[in-house]
Amino acid sequence: MAVMEVRTALNEALREEMQRDPNVFVIGEEVAEYDGAYKVTKGLLADFGPQRVYDTPISESGFTGLSVGAAMLGLRPVVEYMSFNFSMVAFDQIISNALKMSYMTGGMFNIPIVFRGPNGAAAQVSSQHSHCMESIFAHFPGCHVIAPSMPKDYKGLLKSAIRSNDPVIFLENEMLYGFKDEVPEGEFLIPIGKGEIKRAGEHVTIIAHARMLHYALAAASELAKEGIEAEVLDPRTIKPLDMPLIAESIKKTNRAIVVEEGHYFCGVGAQMAYEIQSQLFDWLDAPVLRVAQSENPMPYAKNLEADTLPSIEKIIRAAKEVLYLER
Amino acid sequence: MGSQSSEKIKKGKGLDSKSDDIAPEKWVEMLERMLLIRRFEEATVKGYQQKKIGGFLHTYIGMEAVGVGSIAHKRPEDSVITTYRCHGLALAVGLSPDAGMAELYGKITGCARGKGGSMHFFSKELNFLGGHGIVGGQFGPGIGAAFAFKYKNTGGVSFIHFGDGATPQGSFHECLNLASLWSLPAIFICEDNQYGMGTANHRALANTDMSQMAISYNVKGYRIDGMDLFTVHHEMAKVVEEVRSTQRPALVHMVTYRYKGHSVSDKEAYRTKDEVQRWMAKDPIQTVSAYLIEKGIRSEAEIKEIDKQIRTRIQASVEFAENSPLPPEEELTMHTFHDTLEA
Repeated sequence: MAVMEVRTALNEALREEMQRDPNVFVIGEEVAEYDGAYKVTKGLLADFGPQRVYDTPISESGFTGLSVGAAMLGLRPVVEYMSFNFSMVAFDQIISNALKMSYMTGGMFNIPIVFRGPNGAAAQVSSQHSHCMESIFAHFPGCHVIAPSMPKDYKGLLKSAIRSNDPVIFLENEMLYGFKDEVPEGEFLIPIGKGEIKRAGEHVTIIAHARMLHYALAAASELAKEGIEAEVLDPRTIKPLDMPLIAESIKKTNRAIVVEEGHYFCGVGAQMAYEIQSQLFDWLDAPVLRVAQSENPMPYAKNLEADTLPSIEKIIRAAKEVLYLER
Repeated sequence: MGSQSSEKIKKGKGLDSKSDDIAPEKWVEMLERMLLIRRFEEATVKGYQQKKIGGFLHTYIGMEAVGVGSIAHKRPEDSVITTYRCHGLALAVGLSPDAGMAELYGKITGCARGKGGSMHFFSKELNFLGGHGIVGGQFGPGIGAAFAFKYKNTGGVSFIHFGDGATPQGSFHECLNLASLWSLPAIFICEDNQYGMGTANHRALANTDMSQMAISYNVKGYRIDGMDLFTVHHEMAKVVEEVRSTQRPALVHMVTYRYKGHSVSDKEAYRTKDEVQRWMAKDPIQTVSAYLIEKGIRSEAEIKEIDKQIRTRIQASVEFAENSPLPPEEELTMHTFHDTLEA
């Protein structure tokens, strides 16, 4: 196994899929000559040429719509948003065209497209660059929503996303681009819709994705010092959600907390908590608890930013609360 | 009034000079296609009034010359995309009236299996990329088709039809910029029917001559009398050829009019009957019919017979739609996704 950063794992996935299928192309702001704002597309222009890697003007609606049309004609665009917040400028193209095309054409036109880029809060980038988009996109039928945590998951899932014949929202986390971990050598795919237990435990299940998964692992390490064994479950795909894996874990632990970086109201954690209580009511020893971002836009000040986001401490507190150890 | 000053509108030098380059039978064929659209749309209005057709219904009546004269130059490898006012263009590219009418009746035999409805006619076979319900939403996919033709080197051209009401949308300007910047074979065809719903275009546009917007994006702009099939056909022949050979986009402003309201529920308080009558006096079906009679290509009786046959054809499509089954229950969730994920 090679140890690599998330951005390198993503870059490998792009390269391998571009080599495999000449219809795959990369498009977005600064993806070619600049090598990508976060260097995810580094070297692709040099290796694949301008026919496969397209720098766009700052024109999200335009290049997103263009990519939808290209997908209707059989190409497989990988669309990068420099920040997923910018996808809001292209919202109509993503929702009304990409996600609804297959259905409203009776299956005549499918849209094999990946929308990818950094999602959620970075470090002090304030209100307009910090939104977590998973619950917004997951609300609409017609797309898969993926938000991995580890380099191998980023690679294996991006490859699956590019091979999908349906639209995929692929959410990366800016703070994780430099995170290093082992990635298997050679070709491998991770299926869309399959989660993974990242740490086994028997007392409480912590469900967390993307950057929050790392917080959950840190919280679990702390809890272990007090004799609490938390099971950390990474759904990896937000939609469709791996409920069989969640059920398996909760049948063992009988308690669950759901952590997400995004806002509390209508967050993906709300859906997860609902699915858990409706499917696993008899297995629960306590109500499912949620940890999420508070109901305010992201502040700039460092202390306020820390206050609004979930933290390792907040996860620990929630875990103890669901175990009735702390009120 | 919503009508445009016509001085700057491109008009030919008379019917003969414009029609010389086309075989008489081609004009007959285009008249038939315009009649097919007119009679189809009349049947949809009837079906709507009978509550057999639901949702919104935007007809192409009055605008037939634009669609037929433009699409006459479409090759099989070319694509067409348009607004929610899509029935006319779909029929112009060759969609069967049966598949169109059944779609409006919400039947499984419809061109989108009854899931799209009036605003979402599609045909993969004919490269007809829809029927789009959001004003300006089709520009992106339209230039995307042109991008795909260039990527795959197919020689195809993308026909992007839109209304005057879409030109203030950002997507129009973004896509015109991208198409020019990347030299995409796309023709932006503005079907200027004078109103964006009930708002006259002089109340919505700082410049009502859309062809001038081409200058800002370094593409060629044209302004054409869209009520005159001869002019549309003649001018579009040159535009399509130029876009195909130069791989540069073009912007065409077609000045036309819709006789019916924006949709069936429109009370038309924003315009006078006189204004409608003035435009109807330029009716392309009447003009072309008169020309064919005058030139002895078809007699008045023969044209009546053509119309009669088309009415019969449309009636058959209504019966086909009426007799077709509803989409079965399993269609409800089907096609939300193309792939089935592994369990």
